[in-house]
Amino acid sequence: MAPTPHAAPLLALRWPLPADASAHGPSLDQHLILNLWIAGGLLALVHVILLVGLLSRRRVGEPKRSWIVEYLPLSFLVLLFAGLAIQAEILWAATRYTGADPAALQVEVTGMQFAWYFRYPGPDAVFGRTAPKLVAPGEGNPVGIDPADPPGADDIVTSELVLPAGREVDLRLHAHDVIHGFAVPEMRLKQNAVPGETIHLHFTPTTPGTYAILCTQLCGAGHYRMQANLRVLPPAAFAAWLASKQTGATP
Amino acid sequence: MTPITRTSAPSFLRRAICTTDHRAIGRQYLVLALISVAIGTVLSLLMRLHLTWPEIGLPGHGPILPEDYLTLVTFHGTLMVFYVLTTAPQSGFGNLILPSQIGTRHMAFPRLNAAAFWLTATALATLLSATFAPGGGPISGWTAYPPLSAVASAGPGQALGMDLWLASLALFSIATTIASVNTLTTVIRSRCDGMTWERLPLTVWGWFTAALLSLLAFSVLLAALLLLFCDRHAGTSFFIPSGDLVGRTLHGGGNGSPLLWLHLFWFFGHPEVYIAILPGMGLTSMILGNFARRRIFGYRIMIATTLLIGFLGILVWGHHMFVAGLNPFAGTAFSISTMAIAVPAAAKVLSWLATIWRSRPEYKTAMLFALGFVSLFVAGGLTGPVLAQPILDQYLHNTFFVVAHFHLIMAMAGVFGLFAATYYWFPQISATANRPGRLMSERLGRIHFWGTLIGAYATFLPMHITGLEGEPRHYAQLTGVPGQAGHLLATTIPLQAPITYAALFLAAAQLPFLLNLALSLRNSKPAPPNPWQATTLEWAPEPSPDEEIAAYRVPCSYHEGNNGATFLPQWVSDVSTE
Amino acid sequence: MPGTLTPIDTERRPQRRPERRTDDTDHGDGGNGRRPPTDKRTGGGGDNDNWNDRPQGHRGPREKLRRYRLGVFFALAGDMMFFVAIVSAFFVSQASGHFDAYNNYINRWLPTAIPPVLWLNTAVLVVSSVTAEIARRRMFNQIDAMEEWFGLGRPTSRRAMPWLVATAFLGLVFLAGQVLAWRQLHLQGVFMSSNVSSHFFFLITGVHGLHLVLGVAALIGAVVGLRYSSQVENRQIIVDCSVWYWHSMGVFWLFLFTLLAFFQ
Repeated sequence: MAPTPHAAPLLALRWPLPADASAHGPSLDQHLILNLWIAGGLLALVHVILLVGLLSRRRVGEPKRSWIVEYLPLSFLVLLFAGLAIQAEILWAATRYTGADPAALQVEVTGMQFAWYFRYPGPDAVFGRTAPKLVAPGEGNPVGIDPADPPGADDIVTSELVLPAGREVDLRLHAHDVIHGFAVPEMRLKQNAVPGETIHLHFTPTTPGTYAILCTQLCGAGHYRMQANLRVLPPAAFAAWLASKQTGATP
Repeated sequence: MTPITRTSAPSFLRRAICTTDHRAIGRQYLVLALISVAIGTVLSLLMRLHLTWPEIGLPGHGPILPEDYLTLVTFHGTLMVFYVLTTAPQSGFGNLILPSQIGTRHMAFPRLNAAAFWLTATALATLLSATFAPGGGPISGWTAYPPLSAVASAGPGQALGMDLWLASLALFSIATTIASVNTLTTVIRSRCDGMTWERLPLTVWGWFTAALLSLLAFSVLLAALLLLFCDRHAGTSFFIPSGDLVGRTLHGGGNGSPLLWLHLFWFFGHPEVYIAILPGMGLTSMILGNFARRRIFGYRIMIATTLLIGFLGILVWGHHMFVAGLNPFAGTAFSISTMAIAVPAAAKVLSWLATIWRSRPEYKTAMLFALGFVSLFVAGGLTGPVLAQPILDQYLHNTFFVVAHFHLIMAMAGVFGLFAATYYWFPQISATANRPGRLMSERLGRIHFWGTLIGAYATFLPMHITGLEGEPRHYAQLTGVPGQAGHLLATTIPLQAPITYAALFLAAAQLPFLLNLALSLRNSKPAPPNPWQATTLEWAPEPSPDEEIAAYRVPCSYHEGNNGATFLPQWVSDVSTE
Repeated sequence: MPGTLTPIDTERRPQRRPERRTDDTDHGDGGNGRRPPTDKRTGGGGDNDNWNDRPQGHRGPREKLRRYRLGVFFALAGDMMFFVAIVSAFFVSQASGHFDAYNNYINRWLPTAIPPVLWLNTAVLVVSSVTAEIARRRMFNQIDAMEEWFGLGRPTSRRAMPWLVATAFLGLVFLAGQVLAWRQLHLQGVFMSSNVSSHFFFLITGVHGLHLVLGVAALIGAVVGLRYSSQVENRQIIVDCSVWYWHSMGVFWLFLFTLLAFFQ
């Protein structure tokens, strides 16, 4: 549904949405704004009809027949909502039906009361085994990497998520204790992290900057402060950052 | 056995506790709902005050800690959804008016009716006692997602407080199931002569459909609560996954899934909100027809849409779970069924508009609230399709956009239905054996209406904006959060104070209503019979003990010829002309 | 005539429809088929729903009984949803697993072998339904009910009572058998918390057992009512409703037992 020239300025109105920095963001925003204008328009229309109907002189005689009053507007609404729904499902399928690109950057996200940790697989591109028994945030092993597992030796664990701009990333969402909600409003992303499940979420950040990661599923008293920073760097800067972390990680 | 003769009338207490009169029980439910809504409103004001001015503490309690805030959230939701919006429309006004509207003198099972009420009252007492539990009240919200709700050490108040919450809702579920059995049997078997299904007032259709939904939904909630209780106390792991690490302790020996709770809870939870709104929709139709002096447009369509909304409401629970970890195809399926509900809902709105179109109605307070219902129902309902699209929900889930949506439609439209019912049926509410029914003051009613309408829009419309800005739900504070998140939340702060002021105004606007209630109950001026020139049976003159009332036509048979002034009520048989 | 006596059959047979006449367009269908004739009797009907076509009054002689039966039906429908929720949780839990640290998909459902005494219990419950039904039918025996209404003793109650007692007794035997089954499992080290399947075994048998305790209480209430309730109509109703509840619990048990025995 491409916007008409008249609609384009209306649909470009972004306030109050925060700036978006992801590849799927603009189409989502456009669809959202379209929906909001339609909802607002229908709201205004209903109220206008209400006021006109109440203020007009009393009608004498038979009311209009059903097909004008009920079925015609209903058919119009059905078509309208069907159109919106179809466009929404197309957008949903584009982000969710298929998995991430095989070349996507793999990052594991672990939520626990009340912090987010992020793990990169390191040069071997394999995540090491983790076990709940080994979780020890105070000893530098917040996600519980098994030291006996060789691929885990070069895993990088951070408390901020750093990503390269322009490359697709596949997040694996974990949770240790309760259901958390991984949300990045400025990337138009939200997905619950459910304990006992690994849930994949993929997207492509486009604009370098620092963005907010929030928890959006009530997880306890510290729910409001369970946050992290998402830093999107230009690819070269990201490579440099990763390299600096790797030299720190390998013993 | 020789009958016992009473030398004196039973005491007031005996009458109050043991009454099986449907009107008295209806009033009891309304009192319970009134207490609950008062407490719930105060809690919401405390929430708003804390969000806007976090440094202010409660006298005698000190600062509101995050867990205190979350307890406020939990109690606010639980009280309002269950103890106000499920009791008052269905059991409160249903008990009061349903038997009269179908022409019978009793509900089908009067003693069961009384038992259901007292069970509900016990449930409320249990809930309120959770505030005093050691550790505090529960903090997992009215939706109680596990493992937060399943593991006692996952948060403050999740031990005994949570258990009391569970017990309260279990009792409530049983009570509501009993009440719905009563309603269904009454509607099917106790209608008077001539009261066919097509002549039933739409309010009765609303109660009937809501009772059907209650019957199906609350049993599922009870099962879910039982499973959660077993997880908490019997060492099972229905909802606790293996390797669940809370703090430093591993929980969950088995293979549970938190998503199972979400399915069970929302299979109940979505019909629950339709239970809350269906009676109000039926009443709006009847009141609009009454004061517009018009036949209700498309009566049969309205019956069909009531049933269709009820039926579709069972099929849409997944729209609360779009980002919960479901298969994305399931998201699409639930999205389609949810969008489908827009059709019967829109049909209802069109019928309401057509009924009042060019009708120059009488603007009694009940009519004003019915019109307000239409306005708020549309305002809240139009954001429904927005949230029903999963790609949009991916951004809006658990933000204040959702809060605005359900508050406009449930808290405001639903409550407007309750207000309309109170003003409309006050002669029925206030009539006792000793005193005739009275009317409420129209003047105070108008002040109440305009204050509430303006307050409602002023409070909840800006929440759409803060939601779009990204303000999440259940945040105990928006300030003092480190990192980039603090900056994001800071953009939502400017609107917090206006919303809070509007909420205070909205709460203050209820004072004329309380004053009106008190004055009208003490007023001695009796209401005229059938003060609204209504056509439904509850306004018929009381038949003598050996006579039966009968229904002769559909309701709202107003004659266009005389601007609707001439009308034939349902209980008057066809006499010669007209 | 009072409520729930079985009326003589001729009264209950539906009114015969008027003969079809091909030459009368108002009443006949001219051989082409048409809506049935309109009910022309006065009194508020006339919508072709035959509202007034009820023998012996506008709702029939079993008005109270039908009302109570409908109430029991709806209550059982709600109860069935309760069991449906638990059974669907059963199937979901049975089919779900998780990925362990080695990326293997693990499903830890180990079927709980049902103690053989459960078969005996099932047989006992089926027999108890038979005795319950005998009791129920004896309450509605036409001649006995009529005699009772006239005040000539209480033949229905007298003849139904022992069967009700037998049903309650068999119910208690069933419950004892269930407790025995639990103890047998405990002795083998299988507790509710042992495995997901045992969660469900104990939960399902426990919840059904609780319902059966309520059923036994209802039967005892029926026995008490047979003694103390003053109207034959009420006695019939209390026995009828208790027995329908009992049958439903039996049917639920058959489904649940099949689930536990064959679908683990």
